Amino acid sequence: MSEQTLNRPTVPTGVPALSRGRGIRLGLKRIGYEVRVYFRLGDQVFFTFLFPVVMLSIFSAAFSASGNVGTNADGSGGISQGAYFLPGMIAAGILLSGVQNLATDIANEKSDGTLKRLGGSPLPVISYFTGKMGQVFVTSIAQVALLLVVARVVFSIELPTEPEKWVTFAWLYLLGIVTSAVLGIALSAVPRSGKSATAVVIPIVLVLQFISGVYLMFTMLPEWLQNIASLFPLKWLAQGMRSVFLPESFAALEQNGAWELGAVAINLLIWCVLGLVLSRLSFRWIRKDG
Amino acid sequence: MNQHAPSSDTIVEVENLGKRYGSLVAVDDVSFNICRGETFALLGPNGAGKSTTIEILEGYRDRTSGTVRVLGVDPQKGGVAWKAQLGIVLQSSAEAAQVTVREQVEQFAAYYDHPRDVEEVIAAVGLTEKAKTRIGKLSGGQRRRVDVALGVIGRPQLLFLDEPTTGFDPEARRHFWELIRSLKADGTTILLTTHYLDEAAQLADRVAVIAAGKLVEIGPVDTIGGAEARVPIVRWRDHAGLHEERTLEPAALAARLLDAAAGEPRDLEIVRPSLEDVYLGLVGAADRNPASARTTTGEPAHV
Repeated sequence: MSEQTLNRPTVPTGVPALSRGRGIRLGLKRIGYEVRVYFRLGDQVFFTFLFPVVMLSIFSAAFSASGNVGTNADGSGGISQGAYFLPGMIAAGILLSGVQNLATDIANEKSDGTLKRLGGSPLPVISYFTGKMGQVFVTSIAQVALLLVVARVVFSIELPTEPEKWVTFAWLYLLGIVTSAVLGIALSAVPRSGKSATAVVIPIVLVLQFISGVYLMFTMLPEWLQNIASLFPLKWLAQGMRSVFLPESFAALEQNGAWELGAVAINLLIWCVLGLVLSRLSFRWIRKDG
Repeated sequence: MNQHAPSSDTIVEVENLGKRYGSLVAVDDVSFNICRGETFALLGPNGAGKSTTIEILEGYRDRTSGTVRVLGVDPQKGGVAWKAQLGIVLQSSAEAAQVTVREQVEQFAAYYDHPRDVEEVIAAVGLTEKAKTRIGKLSGGQRRRVDVALGVIGRPQLLFLDEPTTGFDPEARRHFWELIRSLKADGTTILLTTHYLDEAAQLADRVAVIAAGKLVEIGPVDTIGGAEARVPIVRWRDHAGLHEERTLEPAALAARLLDAAAGEPRDLEIVRPSLEDVYLGLVGAADRNPASARTTTGEPAHV
């Protein structure tokens, strides 16, 4: 090709500028659409939204006869098994609503042509992700609320009354859900097809739950497994949630005999930044020219 | 006549376009222009490079060589403002099984600054009665019509239609043609790929034939293949078997046959080659001799 062709003035056909602020406006519009689609998917509602409630119910029922946790020497006091596992279920819910939900959702949209179509439309990438993040927030807040209501009403679990506990809960929740959502976006790049998405994502999420003190008491795990789990955010999120929902005396049962909220924040922040960088690097509307 | 200089009414310019996947050459030195308001059809067998070409113009694929301008913009650098002027109907439908037709069309309408009316577009693709049905419950042909609705909702300057009527029944195709004609009447420029030659003949102002990645022919529908390819064919049968002769005066030939046979010739037919015949001739010729890329004017295939 000659220089001449390259330098030829471009054709003055019009590409008019778009209206201002549409990235945010369309992002908000996407949230409604995404939430609607989320609740229309039966498997999503069951395996992501209701899963922690179902697990809490099973734990409360299954271990109702095995007595309280953290009792005094004479067997008095302590809290119920359900109460002990509630914070873990909340942490697991945050993980499911972010990582499992977005990783499978976006991988599916990649393989079924949704992303290709959106990539050919004037929808800004930022609006797409605003929609996804909004969907995660709305569904996970509803999920946590449902979990707390069921815990209180059905299983008579005492919830904290001190405002500072709820402040801790608020920042843990926010940091946890943002981290979980960006990690979900990053993980969505791994499955090669929509069909393999759940096969890739669910084992990761499930293993994490088992080694992070969600279903098993963390300190019952062998030390090497505790060390592995300590690399990942779920262990820290669950520990932070226990600091909110369990009595102070339970801090002694933690890995280092303390809640370590500073370490919780640092681990979650590192994963949050890592997730952001990985999502930024890996996200494409389509896999170009495979 | 210098056809190379694009006028201000040129909306798509493709020059010496090439696309390779490793050692496979998918598109080889293809050049064409599309003018504003024109309906241009890209024809060719499966795997000829039609979809690769159209996806390069849509910005989905990066080219290996050549120059491409769509609305004056290089598709590899096209941003959202550029995309807002395009309507894209891809070869395969996207899923969106959980939303209704109306929800989906409304959603996409919001992405554009001056969309068409949602109900009008749904009516134009014949889905008014299905507006409240979830897309997952529609038939294949109905889903295709949703794709078309999403392609036109943004009032595009340029509409890409990649095999749009696959899976349509004959009546739905007629309705679709009406819709395309009304878009044309509104001034929409259309780039169409299709397997149905009658569709190209019905809709296109110009067609280009791609075979094995090369442009083998380009021109108005009624002239491609050259005058020679359109010479009527007279077929008849006598004691020696089946005869076939191409002549510009088929009636005169038939009259001579009548005289010679002293009676009605057996199995007499006079056939004017359809676009399909011309196309099959071109594609067949390209398969036999890949170097014979020519236009109707006999020049190398550049417009």
